[in-house]
Amino acid sequence: MKAMAGKPAGIYVHIPFCVRKCPYCDFYSVADLSRIDSYVDALLHEMAFCEKPRVCPDTIYFGGGTPSILSSTMIGRIIDGAFRFFDMSDNVEVTLEVNPGTVDASRLSAFRDAGINRLIIGAQSFDDEKLNFLGRIHDGSEAKTAIREAGRAGFENIGIDLICGIPGREAGDWEKELKTALSFSLPHLSCYMLTIEPGTPLYSDMEDGRFSPVAENLAADLFEVTMEVLDRAGYDHYEISNFAKMPGFRSRHNCKYWTGAPYVGLGASAHSHVKGERYWNVRSADRYIARVSSGLSPVDGKERPDTDQQMIEAVYLGLRAAEGIDSRAFELRFGRACNEIFGREIATLSRHGLLESCDDNRICLTRQGKLKADAVAGRLIGCI
Amino acid sequence: MNRIRNFSIIAHIDHGKSTLSDRLIQSTDIVSARDFKDQMLDTMDIERERGITIKSQTICLPYTGSDGVLYNLNLIDTPGHVDFSYEVSRALASCEGALLVIDASQGVEAQTIANMYLALEHDLVIIPIINKIDLPSADIDMVKAQIESDLGLDPGPAICASAKEGKGIADILEAVVTQLPPPQGDAGAPFKALIFDSDYDPYRGTIVHFRVIDGSIRPRDRIMFMSNNAEYIVEEVGIFRIARIPQKVLSAGQVGYLIAGIKTVSDTRCGDTITHADKPCDSAMPGFKEPKPVVFSSMYPVSTDDYPELKDALEKLKLNDAALIYEQDASAALGFGFRCGFLGLLHLEVVQERLEREYDLSLIITAPSVKYEVVMSDDTVTLIDNPALYPDPVNIVQTREPYIRASIITPDRYMGAIMNLCLERRGINTNYQYFSSNRMEMVFELPLAEVVYDFYDRLKSITQGYGSFDYDLIDYRTTDLVKLDFLVNGERVDALSQLVHRDKATARARQTCKKLREEIPRHMFKVAIQGAVGGKIIARETISAFRKDVTAKCYGGDISRKRKLLEKQKKGKKRMKMAGEVMIPQSAFLSVLKTSE
Ligand SMILES: Nc1nc2c(ncn2[C@@H]2O[C@H](COP(=O)(O)OP(=O)(O)OP(=O)(O)O)[C@@H](O)[C@H]2O)c(=O)[nH]1
Ligand code: SF4
Ligand SMILES: [Mg+2]
Repeated sequence: MKAMAGKPAGIYVHIPFCVRKCPYCDFYSVADLSRIDSYVDALLHEMAFCEKPRVCPDTIYFGGGTPSILSSTMIGRIIDGAFRFFDMSDNVEVTLEVNPGTVDASRLSAFRDAGINRLIIGAQSFDDEKLNFLGRIHDGSEAKTAIREAGRAGFENIGIDLICGIPGREAGDWEKELKTALSFSLPHLSCYMLTIEPGTPLYSDMEDGRFSPVAENLAADLFEVTMEVLDRAGYDHYEISNFAKMPGFRSRHNCKYWTGAPYVGLGASAHSHVKGERYWNVRSADRYIARVSSGLSPVDGKERPDTDQQMIEAVYLGLRAAEGIDSRAFELRFGRACNEIFGREIATLSRHGLLESCDDNRICLTRQGKLKADAVAGRLIGCI
Repeated sequence: MNRIRNFSIIAHIDHGKSTLSDRLIQSTDIVSARDFKDQMLDTMDIERERGITIKSQTICLPYTGSDGVLYNLNLIDTPGHVDFSYEVSRALASCEGALLVIDASQGVEAQTIANMYLALEHDLVIIPIINKIDLPSADIDMVKAQIESDLGLDPGPAICASAKEGKGIADILEAVVTQLPPPQGDAGAPFKALIFDSDYDPYRGTIVHFRVIDGSIRPRDRIMFMSNNAEYIVEEVGIFRIARIPQKVLSAGQVGYLIAGIKTVSDTRCGDTITHADKPCDSAMPGFKEPKPVVFSSMYPVSTDDYPELKDALEKLKLNDAALIYEQDASAALGFGFRCGFLGLLHLEVVQERLEREYDLSLIITAPSVKYEVVMSDDTVTLIDNPALYPDPVNIVQTREPYIRASIITPDRYMGAIMNLCLERRGINTNYQYFSSNRMEMVFELPLAEVVYDFYDRLKSITQGYGSFDYDLIDYRTTDLVKLDFLVNGERVDALSQLVHRDKATARARQTCKKLREEIPRHMFKVAIQGAVGGKIIARETISAFRKDVTAKCYGGDISRKRKLLEKQKKGKKRMKMAGEVMIPQSAFLSVLKTSE
């Protein structure tokens, strides 16, 4: 008997350590690696002793930071911990984000032996100049090597992350990047438009006029090219930035975020969503270690979105996914029909070719709509 | 009564009335140096910011004359802008004399003449003051000649002064007590007083400003407003010394205020006569001519929930601004609001700003319109100042629009430029006369609609500041009026409609479309803005769609943050107005008001 009915949960493990901080990054991570051991201990401690929701996870996701900085032994300990302290399902997707600059053939095999069955390789680009702009610790050939070796190590479920919209680069260049990526015939691709987040060193450089961000038109072209090229190559555009060869290769874990499924975040700054409550751990690794090892809860804040807020989440998260907003599920959940709330806007946005209804109960973004997902969500949310 | 002098300071705009008032106030040390600030009587934020007087202000100054007698001088500083000449005439009604200030470098200008005539209508004794003699460009002889030729006054008694440097102040004070007559009136007769202004104090209710004609008034007296017989018990009477100074009694000839717990806004009307309820005077004062609004526009709260606040604010503002009129109005795009009448565009701006500042409202104002006469096929005549109420043209036989007689005073070298401006505004030059060898008055008959917008600014700019202008409404004349509508993605936005002369429709339509294009933000789809008369599109602009607006990453840790962002946006959008599928910001409606070419 599994503990809970309903959607299976996911476990997210945050590893907030990086060899070096990239100037565009606004994830929480630190380049001081001396605390890794105590951090891993703390993770196990959190699983063993902190109050845990009763969920039934079928995914474990190591994200960061740079989780591939950990030894396979550490990864193994954490996976074992999860199996010991959670009511894990029989078939678990265990993903590790890999920085090409941190792995070799033997480490990759060791990760596989430790229980990892899916790799997301943070190639970002195959162009050394771009990688240099991004401040990555690896070059293009290291990225390629990591991808090849992941296959040789026996991984089948491999994805790579790419970044487009790097200032000073043309659209044609991006097509070349995509072709290179396609040459590996990987089942999963994530393509992110570079976002220059306030507070990052890259942002200050931009403010100081050291480069200008990609113009909106070019950014839109890049997005369109991505959709076209990957569609032709047979990828399913299952979320704004995510493409998978077959439904089976979608990120089972990440889909939980867009469908409102439960997830438990472990580690510093990790977020959880359980039984309608959203909560998050303290941001700093040091504070996290201190709290957990002295028996305190690492939870830093929580909120319970009210009905309107839940609707807002359902709309903008739902739209990001290829399946769109399931109007039947929406009505079951909120007791009000989508049409009653959004009917007028849906008509307007459909007339302008931004929304369409699929399988007569789902409200989905069109290809053009995907380029404007936030704005479309904003219009619908205005009706709530 | 012999120790009282009541006088106004009048002039063309910016000739230095308020600065002169400052010096007169300072010379009597009723304000400590620490409390003193420039243009002391311009108390409203908007007056101080713009450096103009909008409201008349009264102050009572104790002054010991060279004869050793202590006089009470009631000084009223008045506004100079043509929109507020109504304030001037009310002020004059409670005075026996006027200081007519003339800028020594600008000379006599249009409102100098207009305000002098107002003073003469009230039989006031006028003392010309030639101000700003400190300026290098001051030309006292020229001004004296103008006083004689343009104003027909004796330049002999004119006093030269510099309000800025405090020169001539002693002479002015002495002239006030020696040359201006003391008030007439019978302190023993039944109480009779003229209301010339009022303002509202949230704690004490209406503060009535009045001039005692006969008799006297004390706290606890039972008074009556003669226009509606409303009765009140007086709580406090007093005089103005920047602050209100309570007095035991005010009697014939004095100027002051009373507080009587008056909360019913409509009970206090400027121009009304107050008397004792038990022993009323026999007849009311003639009162004031009703101020005639000439420009009409609708005001809507940006947030439709604020309608009751707007209503309340207008009521209170009206107490302090008798010229403001309003009635309920409604718009499909903007919800409930008010159709308001104003004395001019500056008045409109002042009301808008005061509502926004003093009452913390955020408003959308529609394009101003004059009042048209529309003759219908059944021979009835309707007055229309609101495009929303414009009848179907098939039922209209004739339209008529108000005309003004504009008097422009200018150095003659600008004659050609002024002629062009007025012709372009559909004006007819009816007359001109030389005041001196190179200064002249040009008289035009112009449609009022053509001057309400930016005529004054244009005149100022083409005459490098030397031209000045005054006007009177004369009559209504046949015109060729059309209703200009604006459509945004095919949807007519009623609040943008305007009534314009057919010949001006295309230009106005283009200009408005362009303004809207600048102010309406890009949407995720193309936005077409069209100007139309009847069914015919006469102007068009397009706002191209933005192409991309999507967050790249949205995972577990991003969800709450992203939702909060969306909630914030949602709130912000409440301030936008929906016209069909297009969101129109407040600024777009406001930009249409300013039609500088
Ligand atoms: N040089 C000089 N400037 C003066 C003098 N008197 C006033 N001014 C300036 O003229 C400008 C207008 O002065 P105000 O006293 O506000 O004029 P006003 O007649 O009250 O103006 P409105 O109330 O708007 O009609 C201000 O910049 C004053 O500083 C003067 O005697 N000499
Ligand atoms: S490696 Fe990844 S997590 Fe670390 S700094 Fe770079 S982008 Fe951020
Ligand atoms: Mg003034």
